[in-house]
Amino acid sequence: MKASPHRELGLTDAEYELILQKLGCDPNGLELAVFSLMWSEHCAYKHSKKLLGRLPTEGRHLLMGPGENAGAVDVGDGMAIAFKVESHNHPSAVEPFQGAATGVGGILRDVFAVGARPIAVLDSLRFGELDSPRSLYLLDGAVSGIGHYGNSIGVPTVGGEVYFEAAYEQNCLVNAMCLGIARHERLISSAAAGVGNLLVLMGARTGRDGIGGASVLASAELDAEDESKRPTVQIGDPFEEKRVMEACLELLDRGTLASLQDLGAAGLSSSSSEMASKGEVGLDIDVSAVPVREDDMEPFEIMISESQERMLAVVEPDRLAELEEVCERWEVRSSVIGSVTDTRRLRVLDGAELVGDMPVAALVDDCPLYDLEPGAPEAQIYPAPEAVLESEDPAWILPALLGSPNLASRRPLFEQYDSLVQSRTVRRPEQADAAVLQLYPESTGPGSPGIAVAIDGNGRRVACDPYTGTVEAVLECAANLACVGAEPLGLTNCLNFGNPEKPHVAWQLERSVAGMADALTELGVPVVGGNVSLYNESGGGPIYPTPVVGMVGAVPDTALAPGYGFAREGDAVALVAARGAQVSARGSELAKLAGEELPLGLNPIDVGGVREVIELVRAAARSGALSSAHDVAEGGLAVALAECTVAGGIGAVVEWDGDEDPVQLFGEGAGRFVVSGGAQAIEALGPLATRIGTVGGAALSVGPLSWEVAQLRAASEGLAAAFA
Amino acid sequence: MKFGVVRFPGSCDETDALLACRRYADAEILWHGDRDLHGVDAVVVPGGFSYGDYLRVGAIARFSPVMEAVGELAASGGHVLGICNGFQVLCEAGLLPGALLPNAGRRFLCRQVGVEVVRADSPFTRVAAPGQILSIPVKHTTGRYYAPGEVLESMNAHGQIILRYAEGHNPNGSVGDVAGVSNQAGNVMGLMPHPEHAVDALTGSEDGGVIFESLARVVDAADETGIRADLVDDAA
Repeated sequence: MKASPHRELGLTDAEYELILQKLGCDPNGLELAVFSLMWSEHCAYKHSKKLLGRLPTEGRHLLMGPGENAGAVDVGDGMAIAFKVESHNHPSAVEPFQGAATGVGGILRDVFAVGARPIAVLDSLRFGELDSPRSLYLLDGAVSGIGHYGNSIGVPTVGGEVYFEAAYEQNCLVNAMCLGIARHERLISSAAAGVGNLLVLMGARTGRDGIGGASVLASAELDAEDESKRPTVQIGDPFEEKRVMEACLELLDRGTLASLQDLGAAGLSSSSSEMASKGEVGLDIDVSAVPVREDDMEPFEIMISESQERMLAVVEPDRLAELEEVCERWEVRSSVIGSVTDTRRLRVLDGAELVGDMPVAALVDDCPLYDLEPGAPEAQIYPAPEAVLESEDPAWILPALLGSPNLASRRPLFEQYDSLVQSRTVRRPEQADAAVLQLYPESTGPGSPGIAVAIDGNGRRVACDPYTGTVEAVLECAANLACVGAEPLGLTNCLNFGNPEKPHVAWQLERSVAGMADALTELGVPVVGGNVSLYNESGGGPIYPTPVVGMVGAVPDTALAPGYGFAREGDAVALVAARGAQVSARGSELAKLAGEELPLGLNPIDVGGVREVIELVRAAARSGALSSAHDVAEGGLAVALAECTVAGGIGAVVEWDGDEDPVQLFGEGAGRFVVSGGAQAIEALGPLATRIGTVGGAALSVGPLSWEVAQLRAASEGLAAAFA
Repeated sequence: MKFGVVRFPGSCDETDALLACRRYADAEILWHGDRDLHGVDAVVVPGGFSYGDYLRVGAIARFSPVMEAVGELAASGGHVLGICNGFQVLCEAGLLPGALLPNAGRRFLCRQVGVEVVRADSPFTRVAAPGQILSIPVKHTTGRYYAPGEVLESMNAHGQIILRYAEGHNPNGSVGDVAGVSNQAGNVMGLMPHPEHAVDALTGSEDGGVIFESLARVVDAADETGIRADLVDDAA
């Protein structure tokens, strides 16, 4: 190694000094490699951990909070839903297909590691503008990769979102969320337990793929030489993972395992030390017992390899045979690679030779945590988007907005995903504001209970105002759930930001987390776990700050969940709005198309007022009173009406006082819904609902303006060209 | 009447198929490594990515022990239904004519499509009406049905085209809009659409139920009379 190998590995001089102190001697190469990964931003959250402590993590439905591979909430009848969202941004920017595929593979492992069978995947994607060949390449690769993994393993992709903004041109975002189902008692911790128990590695052989991924890829800015990093991106094998998953779930069903953990970033190093830390034990690992793809792999390479489709289990010695029998039947490799000790140290052996010996606490708990040094920028740091608006005539603007990349139908993406396997999907992509899944596909009677899930996070709004933009993201997720009648149970988040060592990024991060904490506290929804992805920037500056939130809610009767398409001729159409809901064009899609500068600051939101309207819509939706319900989001009221029209294949006549102010039609702001239903049901919604029209006909007319449904549908199909 | 649903490593839709079968009869899972069919009356080879399908789709699964038994069942007149990957496996095994090629669009496609019942007198479509359009999803990358011209002519002559995509609904470029075919004897059928995902209005459609219900009725009738109902009907 070179003169200051710790710097090469991403450790500061001060961090290195601390490692010397903790070890009491100079680390050897293996120990330094392990420390560099365990103390990387990706594993240690050293710039975000203090902030994350501000988020609410208590709730009456919470079964398992942050700290485990995935969090879990109670959905009634002794059933639990485990879920988590995680980023795979940097690998996807280097190689989009494998980056996205292994992102899905990783989040699936997190969920079945806690004992839950994965039942759904959602994804949240960000790319540069679609006129860039790089963006088209990344989009195509990422979508294909997500489909490749999810489709092949038999877990439906039921939802997601995608935005296209120049700020993501160099750093695309690929966040994947997974939900799993389990009986409460089957949820399992990853804490290693039982001195003398065996450590068993299951799944794929260990190769040189992904070596150093955690420190080299995930925790440093990308630069022009990223091509050279391609070998550190992992290659996914969904068929291997499918067998590993089935074997693990069967082992958990039988109660064979004492604990289970997936191998993700930093491979064996991270998974073993985290298991040991949680269980307050030590582990001995013999790297010579690890099945490898190449014979000449060094011990340190085996310890830090990020080869996919591997799980680490702890098993009592007298149940090993049972484990081996199950693995054999599923054609899954299993190898005893070590044992649980009482030393509280991670000792690495190569046969009889001790090649590494580190205190577990030093690896997991002693990485220094840094205070952010936030500095609010005096002016907006992001350049104005390119103007593409050719007219100020609302008749022209609506189709233009509907066809714009951020608002166009996502059909060309989600048709590449199996959204149906496992027979749970009651509301598919673009049928409703949230995906709705039944809990018991085996039951055939009426009134099947279920869950709803949505994922949201508009980075441009957060760039305009990190606090309010994040509040909006949380509220929109809750609003999406409300539209299908779901009560939120818990939230998972992925905080995608730039370099936190820069004051303006630190400021974005701090304000964003404050907004998330306040909104969640008001809604009474806990965070069950999540992920932080920092250093998403390149020569072009940081990405838009992008907190992505995924929320899971309970639906008592999935059959009653409304879609967002208008459904019945003659239904009343109403705008349901929070008291004092404000609408503004600042930071809106309309402003983007007009090429306006991003403002610094959005209108403040009365979160309590929005919560009130969310509860009103939820109650109506779950009672079966509504024919349709749709959250008014990007593109404002006119776009929401158009989406209801296109989805339902039926028009509407909306009264409008003739004021064609684009702000009223296309302005944005939290706390508004378009619902339809029988006149009495709409009347019963009370004073927050204003009847604005009637469903029917083949056109959407808003006052003097009118568009044929077919014209709006054609306009919304703008994304198809990206996959031609 | 009992269905058996095959589980290969990499099968994805076997539980869905099992639940669909159980709406109309008993059903159990058949393990790929087990040559014994456990006395089932009919076999469903389900969708998924058997053995990962990294090689040509279905090419490995056809060699599994259970497929030997399925071949014997088919040869003795027993009913075999292949769905999606199962259809591909049955073609690879030579139990059905033709082959499935990559979609014309070269991408995985998941979409609800209209499927027209061409033959309502087959054991797989008995409870459907001729010309009925069933709403059933497709989801595949390799679903473009192909057979050489003379094979297709022979299939047409023998009434082996059981299902076609409704006009304008062909999702993959299949020749002649073919969605489902049978062997010449009529006791083996494969289709690319997924009827097991269309057995409940709650999850989108119940039209696919006719496939399972038809098969259950045909087998039940045979059990009662000792005569295969489909042959009796054909004679009439």
